[in-house]
Amino acid sequence: MSSVSAPRAKRWLPAWLGTQATLGPLFIAPYVIFLVAIFAYPLGFAIYMSFHDYFFTAPGAEVERPFVGFANYATVLADPAVRQSFANIAVFLVINVPLTVALSLVLATALNGAIRFRTFFRVSYYVPYITASVAVVGVWLFLFNSRGLVNTLLGPLAPDPSWLINERLAMPTIALYVTWKGLGFYILLYLAALQNVPKELYESASVDGAGRWRSFWAVTVPGVRPATILVVILSTITGANLFTEPYLLTGGGGPDGASSSPVLLMYQRGIEQGNPDIASAIGVILVIAILLVALIQRRLLDER
Amino acid sequence: MATLTRDAQHVATERPTSRARKQPTWQSAVRYILLLVGAFVFLFPFYYMLIGSLQAEPDSTPAGAFPSPDNLTLHNYREIDQAIDLFRSLINSGIFTGGVICSTVVFGLLAGYALAQLEFRGRGMVFNAMLLIQVVPFQLLLIPLYVLIARNYGLADNYLGMILPFAINSTAVFIFRQYFLQLPKELFDAARIDGASELAILLRVAVPLVKPALLTAVLLTFIGPWNEFLWPFLITKEADMQPLAVSLANYMNAVAARAANPFGAILAGACVLAAPAVALFLVFQRHFVSTNLGSSVKG
Repeated sequence: MSSVSAPRAKRWLPAWLGTQATLGPLFIAPYVIFLVAIFAYPLGFAIYMSFHDYFFTAPGAEVERPFVGFANYATVLADPAVRQSFANIAVFLVINVPLTVALSLVLATALNGAIRFRTFFRVSYYVPYITASVAVVGVWLFLFNSRGLVNTLLGPLAPDPSWLINERLAMPTIALYVTWKGLGFYILLYLAALQNVPKELYESASVDGAGRWRSFWAVTVPGVRPATILVVILSTITGANLFTEPYLLTGGGGPDGASSSPVLLMYQRGIEQGNPDIASAIGVILVIAILLVALIQRRLLDER
Repeated sequence: MATLTRDAQHVATERPTSRARKQPTWQSAVRYILLLVGAFVFLFPFYYMLIGSLQAEPDSTPAGAFPSPDNLTLHNYREIDQAIDLFRSLINSGIFTGGVICSTVVFGLLAGYALAQLEFRGRGMVFNAMLLIQVVPFQLLLIPLYVLIARNYGLADNYLGMILPFAINSTAVFIFRQYFLQLPKELFDAARIDGASELAILLRVAVPLVKPALLTAVLLTFIGPWNEFLWPFLITKEADMQPLAVSLANYMNAVAARAANPFGAILAGACVLAAPAVALFLVFQRHFVSTNLGSSVKG
């Protein structure tokens, strides 16, 4: 079609600048600089801080920040508040992750087979996910306070002290909140995965006489295993980074630290109390713990 | 009766691939009951948020969920506006979000295009590094970023300081790359044979073809900074620089006890914060579907 005699586009750049070999690096440069400046360098800096006696100074001030080895880590591990926050997050994950996987898979499966009102359901499920946590926390405070709607409905069954000021119930309530808030995202992930389960498998299952329940366990669950691994690992990482919810729902990890989280402690120790070295050590321990848990989850889920 | 026979005919003529044939009505009923219970659980708090923001007196009895017209007022919105200057907070949220979206679209498009369509040394390495870095949780970077941005560069209480850590949304880069990969190579080769420069190809051939990706990426990018609390909370101390999420949270934590109807004012603020995101996603919900999200996550 395009003949050789077709008018050439005006070259307003020198030829060497227009080649893929030079434009490629040029186009990708801002993103690479961003990744280095916002991820790689601060990551190294965090590890550096955790091994030094680091404190805030005025910009440009030259001060000595001696290497202290594992002293910050020793301080962190000996701190009962830190240990409690890690125990809290373990409780959180034990409730949040299985609940997220089960509910999002069940709802996605139900939604996948639904013909009418699909859009309505899909939208209503991801509305909490796209709304600011700060906004929905307000409603949960209203619903779950001592004289809130939930307790009014429960009447004499209402817990005393109420949900968010109860040492035993504060963390489970937060776990429930986070599950509710994030479920829409995981439902979308499962919906995408369900498209990849071959229809023929369901047909042969039903030919073999399997009911809906059997074919759910025999076809759907194994069919979406890669998505399940993703959901488990993503919800673990998100959950381990819990901050906004205990900060706002339980007034900074209350009652008496029963709902504090490692990131909340990083904020309190690092920025409120001015010990960024301690906070970085908490962060490094947290990330190593998350990676270990994610690795174990992957092993367990891949094996079956 | 008539519908029943029609159904029977329908079933008889339909190919056996249809699952509707095997599905008894009670199973369909169970499915819809499950979906409806889910929808109620997800939507009720939002309804309650709106009702609560309009109540003159907080009413937490079940009857309070269906308020009488004489208990409705806009007073709570006035109260929250006096406490945190809604307009100013919304402007701050808008600048923060807008800055992130602009830089994500410009730099993310360039990066996604380069990763998908341009051949150059180090491309594979950049892509692998990009995948690897997604594993680093933002919270670990919190303290060093605070030291760098707020202390060393003096960007506390500054829009640039707010925007920087979110400047290029990696999910958006994935989406752009995915869309550019789907475009046939021949299209680009043809343009090159015609003598178009690489830049002209990007702007005149590639970008017009990925407009749907642009919308998806903008929507996805929007919810990040608009809803973000932790980072702007750390680096803004001046009230007139705080985005709405931060000023509302501060109000919840500190001032709420003193207001006449603290929940009413909080919920009014919550409605204002939630409305833009919810409205955008209701209007553009078709562009926020599982396939886009799935492909972006799968990389």
